[in-house]
Amino acid sequence: MINITNLHKNFGVNQVLNGIDLSIKKGETVAILGPNGSGKTTLIKSILGMVRPNSGEIYIAEKNVKNKWDYRRHIDYLPQIANFPGNLKVKELIGMIKDIRGNDNTREDRFIEIFGLKPFLQKKLSHLSGGTKQKVNLVLTFMFDSDMIILDEPTSGLDPVSLISLKKLIASEKEKGKTILITSHIMSFVEEVCDKLVFILDGKIYFNDTIQKLKETANEENFEKAIAHLLTRAYV
Amino acid sequence: MFKILKYSFYDLIRSRWSYVYLLFYLLLGFALLFLNENISKAVITMMNVITILVPLIGTIFGVMYFYNSKEFTELLLALPIPRSSIFLGQYFGVAISLSLSLIIGLGVPFLCYGLFQSDSMVDFLLLLSTGTMLTFIFTAIAFLIGLSNENKIKGFGYAILFWLFMAVIYDGIFLISLIIFEEYPLDNLSLFATLFNPIDLSRVLILLKLDIAALLGYTGAVFQKFFGNISGLFVSFFTLLLWIIVPLFLMKRKAGKKDF
Repeated sequence: MINITNLHKNFGVNQVLNGIDLSIKKGETVAILGPNGSGKTTLIKSILGMVRPNSGEIYIAEKNVKNKWDYRRHIDYLPQIANFPGNLKVKELIGMIKDIRGNDNTREDRFIEIFGLKPFLQKKLSHLSGGTKQKVNLVLTFMFDSDMIILDEPTSGLDPVSLISLKKLIASEKEKGKTILITSHIMSFVEEVCDKLVFILDGKIYFNDTIQKLKETANEENFEKAIAHLLTRAYV
Repeated sequence: MFKILKYSFYDLIRSRWSYVYLLFYLLLGFALLFLNENISKAVITMMNVITILVPLIGTIFGVMYFYNSKEFTELLLALPIPRSSIFLGQYFGVAISLSLSLIIGLGVPFLCYGLFQSDSMVDFLLLLSTGTMLTFIFTAIAFLIGLSNENKIKGFGYAILFWLFMAVIYDGIFLISLIIFEEYPLDNLSLFATLFNPIDLSRVLILLKLDIAALLGYTGAVFQKFFGNISGLFVSFFTLLLWIIVPLFLMKRKAGKKDF
């Protein structure tokens, strides 16, 4: 589904991605982990075409994505920071995104129900709290039912009830055979929803395998400790 | 592009600032007409306000909108639409809503004071169209500055500096150079220099149309000769148009290369 070869990106003197080779198969749920500033978001944004890599190729469904935009039709993306035009109402924003994508075949009603957004539909976006905005953000992402989903810090600002709904939601999307990419700092969340793990450090991939395999290599049953083991090994 | 334009515009016309801006022009229009009792004199006063204020508002609104919608722009960038249509759509949304505030805000008071009966109709239309063009020019430059500067404070600073340069400093340098080189024939130089500043160009255009070029002295005569005829008018409008097209072209190029 996604094939990345030898991806490099620097911002000025700051080398963010330093030769990433990554292949993600259809139907996999992959967590991209790494410390702050390790290049997770840059990698995701390169896949989406928001960051222009210095070198390297990205193929999605066997097509090179360089300078293309149409392939994004098959990707649902949840950005890290949710901020919307303040004078629009929630309902209008949902309509707007549908209109821009030119896709009316959506399922937002179900997600409005799941995240309890009904009372907010007629409210202006500038009047919503951070958590509620994140829920709107989630509805905007999931309503299109595309083959590939990319979630950048999906849990930020969510209350425990919504977090459980989100986990259920991801599980049901997984069952449909979708390819899902997630970045998160909440280890328990990652352990629960993901099968595979890609660990990035200083713009390079340090680990790329299943969570089970990580635990075996680290000889550690606890996932967080296994990750910590990976980090200490990387820093030595 | 038109979808983005539609929603940017829709968002902006419901913003409080659009109404403040509109109200300001309404008050200004009524106040000037009330004090002047004469439409053509009011047009002159209005020109002085418009050539300074419209660029300032366009600049500030443009940068402010650009930086405020940064996160939302990122969301739009991940949608299946080309980059240029996002920025052009947002740009036209801002420029059109600002222009509407200007046109309605000044149009209503002038209509109330019997614009159609007066012979200043053409002057007034020229005033509104140069005002609209100045809005488009300075909003485009504000967007370009926003795209080129990740840092909000720097972006704001450059945008204000650009306005200050065009509105005040340019004239200063121009005057000083006229004094220093007064021994030489400067008509063509001053004509040329005027073309390179959209604010000066608009001002000269309106002054000439109002037939008070005598105020400009000797150079005024040269200007009159150049701008007074149809081809002069054509050249100035074309130059103002270039002032919109060139920044837009640079903006499109910049947006294509940028990392978000």
